[in-house]
Amino acid sequence: MKKSIKDWFSEWDEDKINLTELTANQGNENLIKEEKKEHNISELVELKQKELSRAGKIYPVLAALLCVVIIYFMLMTVSGLPKFGQADNPTNNEVVERYVEKGMEETGAVNVVAGVILDYRAFDTLGESHVLFTAVIAVFTLLLADKEEKETIEEGQIMKQDNILRNTAIFIVPLTVLFGIYVILNGHLGPGGGFSGGAIIGAAFIIYAMAFGFSGIEKFLTLKTFRIIVLCALLFYSGAKCYSFFCGANELHSIFGPGTPGMILSSGLILPLNIAVGIVVACTMYGFYSIFKRGRI
Amino acid sequence: MEIFECTLLILLVVGAIATVSSKNLMISMIIFMAYSVVMSVIWIILKAPDLSVTEAAVGAGISSILMFMTIRKLRDIKKEKNEEKH
Amino acid sequence: MLEFIWTNRIQCVSVILFAIGFSTLLLHRNLMKKIIGLNIMDTATYLFLTSIGMIEGRLAPIIQNGDTDVSKYVNPLPAGLVLTGIVVSVSVTAVMLALTIRLYKSYHTLNLDEIYLKAQEEQEEEP
Repeated sequence: MKKSIKDWFSEWDEDKINLTELTANQGNENLIKEEKKEHNISELVELKQKELSRAGKIYPVLAALLCVVIIYFMLMTVSGLPKFGQADNPTNNEVVERYVEKGMEETGAVNVVAGVILDYRAFDTLGESHVLFTAVIAVFTLLLADKEEKETIEEGQIMKQDNILRNTAIFIVPLTVLFGIYVILNGHLGPGGGFSGGAIIGAAFIIYAMAFGFSGIEKFLTLKTFRIIVLCALLFYSGAKCYSFFCGANELHSIFGPGTPGMILSSGLILPLNIAVGIVVACTMYGFYSIFKRGRI
Repeated sequence: MEIFECTLLILLVVGAIATVSSKNLMISMIIFMAYSVVMSVIWIILKAPDLSVTEAAVGAGISSILMFMTIRKLRDIKKEKNEEKH
Repeated sequence: MLEFIWTNRIQCVSVILFAIGFSTLLLHRNLMKKIIGLNIMDTATYLFLTSIGMIEGRLAPIIQNGDTDVSKYVNPLPAGLVLTGIVVSVSVTAVMLALTIRLYKSYHTLNLDEIYLKAQEEQEEEP
């Protein structure tokens, strides 16, 4: 057992990845070149290899030098900054005052950060959700499995019995999902919010998929449902923000008032938006894992 | 409290250097995970609990898992290639 | 200078981390290491931003007992900005890892120099 773990680690020595491949490839190239009866080119490959090894020696030295130079110049720049942790620093200006003093009254969120990112600056967060969605599309385009590949992956899917992982997962997964839901629903009352809670739920799905295979999660999350869920969440987010922009610009009374700060059903649109963002993030994180593992969702 | 903070900061620098200079990809990824956890503790010291929760879930959890999956996938590709050769 | 480094130690550490990440991103040959370097750079920037908003002896920006006095809480804005950044950095990492897998599939190495050489050879062979 000890040996196998050691092998598993040593398989990923950096030099091994690069050099074994290089020598193997060099052999191939030599064969081709012998067929063509051109001896010069094998010499050329050797020369290139020499160049590579020389570059490999130069790079760490250059890196250390560059590191020192950057540290020097940036420390000089940092030394012009105001003292750390003082209340009268220029960053702590009237904007912050406004956010902290009026934030709870206007948005109804006890957590000022949640009020800022999901109410005052909700447009940023909308863009962020779309960045996640675009990333999933890009990864999907890059790693979509071919038909032949798919079959080999399916064959490799038969999970080894791993008792430790399975028995731990039975306890951990429900607790993790519960904690994620708590973090999402608690976003406007304390630390947390859509992103962290969604990532926690996504991590729970990943643990489940690692322990018991994908068949359990496929019952409720296939590519079709993934598309529908993410699209609905993003559309809901855009629609809700359109409504609140419309109300704010025309000075109408929004039907989602701030409510009583501190209650779970308060702070207007922040709670539904948190849920929408959480759903997008959870699906996206699981989607990343699934695409990396087997080439499809 | 200051000693605690300084220990964490030194751990950060050491972790970053170890991550970068380790010859083994697997080990450097594990150290990177530890680096993220230390970072999330520092964010509690800096009075930003939202960031701490997010970093612990995203930095130490998801992105490390993605890196491990990538490594595994690379190994599979390498194995396939070796089998083809023999 | 030394006194300054002691008072602004978090910012100094973030600068050092940034330099380490940057030189790795620029000068390491291994693609996975480059990605890790970019991640380190990301966290260094976030650390710097968050440390700007910190005020000593104050509470986290979660209003307690309805007390909205600004002199009791730290600056909430950098935390909000960084929260966006963390999630974006994860999506960037995922896209870069996917690109790495594609590169490894076609060139069977993670070394950027070798990839470059092989790509050059392919280009010479094609016409």
